[in-house]
Amino acid sequence: MSDRITTADVVKVAKLARLDLAPQEIERMTAQLDGMLEHFADMDALDLSHVVPMTQPYPLRNVMRPDVVRPGLDHDEVLAEAPRAESGRFHVPPVIGIDS
Amino acid sequence: MSTSASAPSSSSASSAPATAASIAAQVRAGEVRAVDVLEQHLARIDARDGEIHAFNHVMTDRARAAAAAVDAAVAAGGAVGPLAGVPIALKDNMCTHGVPTTCSSKILDDWKPPYDATVVTKLVAAGAVIIGKTNLDEFAMGSSTENSAFGPTRNPHDTSRVPGGSSGGSAAAVAAGFSPVSLGSDTGGSIRQPAALCGVVGVKPTYGYVSRYGLIAFASSLDQIGPFATDVHDAALVLDVIGGHDPQDSTSIPERHPSLVDVLDRGVEGVRIGRITDLPEGADPDVVERLEAAFEALSEAGAIIVDVEVPAFGYALTAYYLIAPAEASSNLARFDGVRFGMRVDAADTNAMYSATRAAGFGDEVKRRIMLGTYALSAGYYDAYYGRALKVRRLIHDDFARAYQQADVLLTPTSPTVAFPFGAKGDNPLAMYLCDLYTIPTNLAGHPGMSVPFGTGADGLPVGVQVLAGTLDEPTMFRVGAALERAALATAARSQS
Repeated sequence: MSDRITTADVVKVAKLARLDLAPQEIERMTAQLDGMLEHFADMDALDLSHVVPMTQPYPLRNVMRPDVVRPGLDHDEVLAEAPRAESGRFHVPPVIGIDS
Repeated sequence: MSTSASAPSSSSASSAPATAASIAAQVRAGEVRAVDVLEQHLARIDARDGEIHAFNHVMTDRARAAAAAVDAAVAAGGAVGPLAGVPIALKDNMCTHGVPTTCSSKILDDWKPPYDATVVTKLVAAGAVIIGKTNLDEFAMGSSTENSAFGPTRNPHDTSRVPGGSSGGSAAAVAAGFSPVSLGSDTGGSIRQPAALCGVVGVKPTYGYVSRYGLIAFASSLDQIGPFATDVHDAALVLDVIGGHDPQDSTSIPERHPSLVDVLDRGVEGVRIGRITDLPEGADPDVVERLEAAFEALSEAGAIIVDVEVPAFGYALTAYYLIAPAEASSNLARFDGVRFGMRVDAADTNAMYSATRAAGFGDEVKRRIMLGTYALSAGYYDAYYGRALKVRRLIHDDFARAYQQADVLLTPTSPTVAFPFGAKGDNPLAMYLCDLYTIPTNLAGHPGMSVPFGTGADGLPVGVQVLAGTLDEPTMFRVGAALERAALATAARSQS
């Protein structure tokens, strides 16, 4: 192990990613991510100081359309596929007030 | 060189799978009925998909209704499209209205989209009959289809081996004769690599060539839909139907695309074929032997072989495995138990999100989300994601220089033939190396295709990859067609 990433890092990242990982998953993930980051160090050999980042492959510009009302997805059909819906809306557990 | 119109495998009489082009011609002429074509294919699925597992879902009833509608249109003398009565399978990450679309993930198990993807709408308008949804590595993350939550797909050429991935179900469906053509998606090789391993043609078009509206996103700056087919002509036929601008996808290219079917018999006289002299090593000797034979065949057909360098090619794997997971970690944030799929109940939303995602995602998806989240997180963004974007620029620029000297580049598609189940063990990096030769093209946004070119170890299929510059699909398809003619001529010689 090269210690490029620690168990504490992985615990923090799992929280950011909203993934409830078991302790043994954290251990395994730490070792696997460490191995990958070691491989990815190959790009450290490159001088990238004057290179412009490339975020997408085709030079497209922002697309605008007239701001007019158009038919959207069927409201009831969308809600029918939700894990839980109520009164025409998605139903979720409390957002605030429990875990602080 | 003589051109052979029929595939060598056609000796197996009337049960031999027909091409999409021949089916459409016969259905349009009223010589065969679309419903009969469909029943033949459903019978093949019934007989063998229990073993192969190409499909997550066979759309028997809907397909029968669609085929009957095509027959009715033909009988009424109405206009029928270029894919009239052609059964087609779709990778199960493309939305089909009211039909389960799972991405082979537990988190979307049984989710039924409220709309059709644009490719679905275009295929139906062209008269195609959608026969089912095919298996994939969960959320298209993998190179063997072993990462499916519903079990792996088997390679029809040797069922102890993988079909490749992530579009393994779509590749296997065509190789097994379940449908003459299918669609996959390619983020880092997910069409071309399984095409090579299953002995079929697979095409990743230029980024933006095909609308992605209704394709469940993996890595948005890389994903592209493309066809699988038994020959280059069928691949061109399907791409001519599904390509083109779509107002629903702001990344689809506005320019009109020329017909690819029309260019196939133009030959390769004078076309410059690039040999990448600094291509990363790693391909098996049997695969390298086929690549050399491909250079020879194209040279004999009048093409000019030139040496080119693509120095950044070797850094593509690193750039890809930082950029794709980073984009995936963002795209897959939508699977949170609120709007679709499964939910694990918990006391508050944050606990519900984390529990749902932990239960719903498989190991590889979790690994990529973690890697991507890490690469984007405060303190590491510049070192990983930021540097990867700069490496991407180097790769793009190196290819641009190479395409000044060569019209297309030729490489292996996969470093090996199809490998046995479990061969990559618990080593994610070993699996990632399967995409060594396909990934750079996705980063550059260029088109690439895999064409079957004989067999390698254990008599298993080998694919040769043809790469071209942005929107140069016409030249790529001409070279693909020339390779196919050479492969058929060789096969015919060895049979006689």
